[in-house]
Amino acid sequence: MIISVASGKGGTGKTLVATSLALSLKDSYQVQLLDCDVEEPNDHILIKPFITRSEAVSIPVPAVDKGKCTHCGKCAEVCAYHAIAVMGEYVLTFPELCHGCGACSYLCPEKAITEVPNKIGIIETGQADGIIFGHGKLSIGQPMAPPVIRKVKELIDKNNLVIIDTSPGTSCPVVEAIKGSDFCLLVTEPTPFGLNDLILAVETVRQLRVPFGIVLNRAGVGDNKTEEYCRKENIPILMIIPMDAKIASCYSQGIPLVEGIPEYRISFIRLYEKIGDFINERSRSLKR
Amino acid sequence: MKEVVVLSGKGGTGKTSIVGSLAALVQKKVLADCDVDAADLHLLLNPSAKQENEFRSGQVAVIDKDTCVQCGLCQEICRFDAIHDYVVDPISCEGCGFCSHICPVGAISMNECKAGDWFISDTKYGPLVHARLGIAQENSGKLVALVRQKAKEIAENDDLDYIISDGPPGIGCPVISSLSGAGLALIVTEPTLSGIHDMERVLDVCKHFGVPAMVCINKYNINEANTRKIEDHCYAQGIKVAVKIPFDNVVTEAMVRGIPVVEYSDGVVAREMKKLWNIICDALTEKVKK
Repeated sequence: MIISVASGKGGTGKTLVATSLALSLKDSYQVQLLDCDVEEPNDHILIKPFITRSEAVSIPVPAVDKGKCTHCGKCAEVCAYHAIAVMGEYVLTFPELCHGCGACSYLCPEKAITEVPNKIGIIETGQADGIIFGHGKLSIGQPMAPPVIRKVKELIDKNNLVIIDTSPGTSCPVVEAIKGSDFCLLVTEPTPFGLNDLILAVETVRQLRVPFGIVLNRAGVGDNKTEEYCRKENIPILMIIPMDAKIASCYSQGIPLVEGIPEYRISFIRLYEKIGDFINERSRSLKR
Repeated sequence: MKEVVVLSGKGGTGKTSIVGSLAALVQKKVLADCDVDAADLHLLLNPSAKQENEFRSGQVAVIDKDTCVQCGLCQEICRFDAIHDYVVDPISCEGCGFCSHICPVGAISMNECKAGDWFISDTKYGPLVHARLGIAQENSGKLVALVRQKAKEIAENDDLDYIISDGPPGIGCPVISSLSGAGLALIVTEPTLSGIHDMERVLDVCKHFGVPAMVCINKYNINEANTRKIEDHCYAQGIKVAVKIPFDNVVTEAMVRGIPVVEYSDGVVAREMKKLWNIICDALTEKVKK
């Protein structure tokens, strides 16, 4: 089972939910926690894993053999990202624009282009108190998160209970992270910004055809329009976490919610049971 | 004309609430919402759209079933695992076009996508350029660049002094696109360990692209020990901490009413916002003098 945790709006509690869910289930299941917010990974701050392996993530970028190149311009013509340009006798490459598709090297009639790795980030793996942990870190100044996310997701072992934390928003890094999940938890807060971005996130997971439910965090702030929306759209609210200064204080110090306030452990176990029920119910109704 | 972009690394630290307040406080400016995949600034500024345009960008491969001979070459060479059973998954396709170039029977064409919409709107605080990236679309960086370009044109045509941009969270493509060439980056952080970690990374990005930065600590009193850590880090890096804004529910109350917090309450949050703008102005003029 793969459960991803997303939100639309940032700062609604994805990391809090992903880490506490992992910690609450680790005694009953082999949990694998993968932080796919590779721009700003935070799960390690709460989970404090012992990192045992670190590996560079690279994408293959073109290197041109000047001796073989005839400046025909084919590479520049086929590159959809303007990552290679031919100016007279010179061929310029722009590695930060390259998506590593391989078209230029394959299509070069002189076979003058080879591919060399360009490091854009790292992935790190380790253990945290029985939880198998992995995350990616995009290098400073690098624009493209999806290749790093794909690399983190290669760590998925489907025999495990896999929990994937994602970045905020609804664009390609979020889609890349959620894709292939059995269920997506959308963490939101009952404010106008929270609701606006939740609606965008709902559209995204619907497009990906991933079943989903809501965790309503900081309940009590703002208004009740988020709950109205969920009722109207028939979206299940699977867990409600109230606005509580103690929760905020734990989070600020990097203490997971279920360690700061252990009573929450049972709530997260229930959350997982509800996800299981929801998926079973859905597969039964699909069969019918 | 000077451009200030508000960033944070971590999401939900208060970027949009701050930009909304600056919108109400600052004269002669254009506003730009560069968080194109989860834009919220319009919820505070109540814009009426003057101009609505399609954003077309990127391509997606389409296989013509009747021409396809099912040789499988496209599936073999696609590095994005986007083709299965001779059908392209538009969500995985990155639009590189490699498959269309190598298909031996010319069965693959590249279709341009509608990747979103962008708007120029009037608000009671001045013009706003904003956008909406299509669901599950790529190219957010290009849409951000377009929003900034339009804001700049408005500032030039209307002889405005400032562009104030609400940036996206993170450090990747849309952040780089919001940041490069701006006059100043205001980094909004909060005194949580995650907030500090993410602020450090986005400050590194500012440094990488040579954009001067200053920091605003929001909800500083939720953990004063961490606030001191932020101040120490900034001091060591030679970065100014402009203001410290206390946690106050008036920020959420103003959001629920759909107005900037400085128009809802004239308490301590509003005072700090005013002080923040004065400090930003000083920094921008100082830079020009240099």
